[in-house]
Amino acid sequence: MATEAIPLNYGWRLEDLDDDEMILQMGPQHPATHGVLRVELKTDGEVVKDARIHIGYLHRCFEKHAESIDYAGVIPFTDRMDYVASMGNSLGYALTVERMLEIEVSPYVQTLRVIFAELQRIASHCVAVGTYTMDIGAFTPFLHLLRDREKILDLFEWTCGARLLYNYNWVGGLSHDIPQGWTRACREFLKEFDAITFPELMNLIITNKIFIKRTAEVGVLPVELAKSYDLTGPNMRGSGVPYDLRKDEPYCGYESYDFEVPVGKGEYGPPGSCFDRNIVRVREMAEGSRIIHQALDRLETLEKADVREKVPKRIKPPKVDHYGRSEAPRGHLGYYIVADGKGVQPYRVKVKSPCFTAMSVFHHLARGVFVADIIALIGSLDVVLGEIDR
Amino acid sequence: MDLTYAFLIDLVPGWPEPVLLLLAALVPAVILITFMSLGPILYVYAERKIAGFMQDRLGPMRVGKWGLLQTIADTIKLLFKEAIFPRNVDKVLFTLAPCLVVIGAFLGFLVLPFGPQLVAADLNIGVFYLVAVSSLSTVGLIMAGWASNNKYALFGAMRSAAQIVSYEIPNVITLLTVVLMVGSLSLQDIVAAQAGGLQNWFAFRYFPLMGIAFLVFYTSTLAECNRTPFDIPEAESELVAGFHTEYSGFFFSLFFLAEYTEMVVLSAVASVLFLGGWAAPIPALQTIGPIELGPIWLIGKAWLLVFTHMWLRWTLPRLRVDQLMYVAWKVLLPIALVLVVAVGALTLWGPTADGFPWDQIAAWLVTLGILCYLGLLFFKARRWQAARIREQAA
Amino acid sequence: MDAKGIAERLAAELGDEVAGSELEGTDPFTLVRPESIAHVARFCHDDPELDFDNLMCLAAVDYPGDDSPRFEIVYVLFSYGKRHRHTLKVRVPREQAAVPSVEEVWGVANWHEREAYDLFGILFTGHSDLRRILLPDDWPGHPLRKDWEDPEFYNGMRVKPTEQMAQRATAGEQIGVGPFQFTPPNRHVEPS
Repeated sequence: MATEAIPLNYGWRLEDLDDDEMILQMGPQHPATHGVLRVELKTDGEVVKDARIHIGYLHRCFEKHAESIDYAGVIPFTDRMDYVASMGNSLGYALTVERMLEIEVSPYVQTLRVIFAELQRIASHCVAVGTYTMDIGAFTPFLHLLRDREKILDLFEWTCGARLLYNYNWVGGLSHDIPQGWTRACREFLKEFDAITFPELMNLIITNKIFIKRTAEVGVLPVELAKSYDLTGPNMRGSGVPYDLRKDEPYCGYESYDFEVPVGKGEYGPPGSCFDRNIVRVREMAEGSRIIHQALDRLETLEKADVREKVPKRIKPPKVDHYGRSEAPRGHLGYYIVADGKGVQPYRVKVKSPCFTAMSVFHHLARGVFVADIIALIGSLDVVLGEIDR
Repeated sequence: MDLTYAFLIDLVPGWPEPVLLLLAALVPAVILITFMSLGPILYVYAERKIAGFMQDRLGPMRVGKWGLLQTIADTIKLLFKEAIFPRNVDKVLFTLAPCLVVIGAFLGFLVLPFGPQLVAADLNIGVFYLVAVSSLSTVGLIMAGWASNNKYALFGAMRSAAQIVSYEIPNVITLLTVVLMVGSLSLQDIVAAQAGGLQNWFAFRYFPLMGIAFLVFYTSTLAECNRTPFDIPEAESELVAGFHTEYSGFFFSLFFLAEYTEMVVLSAVASVLFLGGWAAPIPALQTIGPIELGPIWLIGKAWLLVFTHMWLRWTLPRLRVDQLMYVAWKVLLPIALVLVVAVGALTLWGPTADGFPWDQIAAWLVTLGILCYLGLLFFKARRWQAARIREQAA
Repeated sequence: MDAKGIAERLAAELGDEVAGSELEGTDPFTLVRPESIAHVARFCHDDPELDFDNLMCLAAVDYPGDDSPRFEIVYVLFSYGKRHRHTLKVRVPREQAAVPSVEEVWGVANWHEREAYDLFGILFTGHSDLRRILLPDDWPGHPLRKDWEDPEFYNGMRVKPTEQMAQRATAGEQIGVGPFQFTPPNRHVEPS
């Protein structure tokens, strides 16, 4: 137990290893670690005895930057944290600052926000599930899912001009309105998605015996551990806890949509395995499609409003601090923003990213599994290093 | 070889016999190996195109019409690339390893019969020779992994050694079923025993026993070639590239060559043993006039099996190492043993004189037994796994 | 329970370990004395009525100026069982900042406290593995403090921009060539 910081050369030493043990580095550059992540494994042959995670290779000082830019200028920086699912990041930030300023956006803006958040959720899960199956060894579903992600990114590009980092959800509204014909294109995409992609995905890989054998008994996450280590989103729902911010603390009008929250039930093994987390993501894609259908229908009944109507010219919140969270595709993304009431920059922006907490439980799950299962584990936790390191 | 000898005797009767023999042995081998080394150019292109079409994309399209010249471009690139030698590698082993792997792959071609008299070396222990030679590449793999001075490569090599050795056993045992039916180890005899049409092919005899034998053999060849679902040794996303992580340039192209050649050799062996070799499915199609169609039939069947290799690679995920071993030792091996005994018994006693199809009934009974065993494994495995998880969580 | 109920329960059970609550504002919080945060955290976790089994966020904020220069460590708690949340705040002086670790109560605090140590220099006593997490192991200083100055060099690489570089970045001059010329808007705002 340390009463002060641990010195620099702390670590596993070669002299301390047993005869059969080996220290293996799955280094920052690796095809399967979803970014620059360094995993140090102490293995005995193929079985992992212990694992240590080293992060920080992608630290870009987001929190320090945010203190020297105005509130609206932080939004492009938030996009770059979880670069696979940018809409969710800016949405969480915008919601938190709006709560501090007590701004209510129009239902039109809320519906658009829901549509884009759910489209982003589908796109993000396409990457998550696709790369996960690629790590397991099946290369084809990755390309099928990426084909659909391309269609979603085309829709995004049509709206706001960017394919990956959108700067779309602004404090008090959105940056662009949807163009003419967008809803028709969106419905086309959803039609293809529901009819072709989703059934194909289930048939090709999710119900494949080899895939189930690789994932259904690996990486079982007990519920107590999940709560203690603050795993959220599909990671937590895979272990059986049906908590979803969209249902339990709704924002943006989510309470008025009819959808279900998929929960891992342990169909092929103990609940909370890699398979359960994966199936939760797959089913969330289908539920997202449901929500978007309803939102598009609602959009037709609402009158068109100016999406920048409530965007304040100068964002200067009173002296409050607020912790606001939203359901990003990877879990609960939380922003703790402190405003000092004096300036136009935030005083402190602390981001609690879901992947950061998901990674912190890794050394528990990694004991006693095979090296091949380490890959399955990292993939099933669905980490994006941009969010962990900020 | 006899054909070449006869040809040479006619051509140059004056030359001394040892020289003629040497030429008769070398010339077919050289021709064969030349043609077969050009094969991978086609197979790599086919793999990339098949992969593309299965993944809803087009594959190589830019280099030449429909990307036909892609592999040639890749080969030229690989040949000109710098062959990097990491500092602490064992130079001798590092250089020798790919050579061994390639040799092991190519030696198999020498006994394959392409037609009634078209064999490079008609050994009367052909099957035995094949089994012996296919193990040579394993030695090369382990050498490659060890010499690379790289933990990942070592991992890949060890996994590969374990895998190949385990899967050779069901391989050889199902091979034995064919030998039992023919009574000879020579590949030409095996093909001759299957002449006469589709129903004579060994995969369809003692239905469905020999069909199961064919499936077991084919699965083992998937594992021998390190193809998905058994491609743990070169698991891209886990070990970067397994045992050939440290190789680049020319040596890497040798490994590539060896992989595709081995695939073709083993597919050709499978078609010789089970699918009739150079025999046509309808005897009338065996020759068109004076032209013998045997080689085309054999190569066509081999290509069909190679296509299935590729089809499986792009469809199925990868088995984990312990699951791989499980399949080899607990599924394929018992089935192979049961098959060998059953086929031996059926061949020995055969159909009875009164024409009652005892052998067919016996074949179906054995199949039923195998299915029961698989079912037992499946259910027992689930309970065993559940118990293991429970004790791990506790 | 609402914020008032939680605050009352904390005050009632923990007495003088709790130094008051503030219930107005967007996030009601309770101030806790630094040396007793571990005990308070354990109580919040174990108490059946509070049942705070989840630590949502552990943030450190630096208040250098004002009347009372301090670090403020904010614990945002949540209960899955009772579906209520509350915030605890701990104030420590900026020199020799040391706070007991709550790692034993919520496992996620391990990494959060490592990050607070890394970026602010707050020592968490009782932590099992307190070392830097985001920054390189030999980075000098703690950057997220308000009085942070970039070092000139780090391991031979230039960190702090020279005067010339800094001027070019904020001058708002045109960059780019040909059809891609534009003047970037100056989003950097001087602290007022």
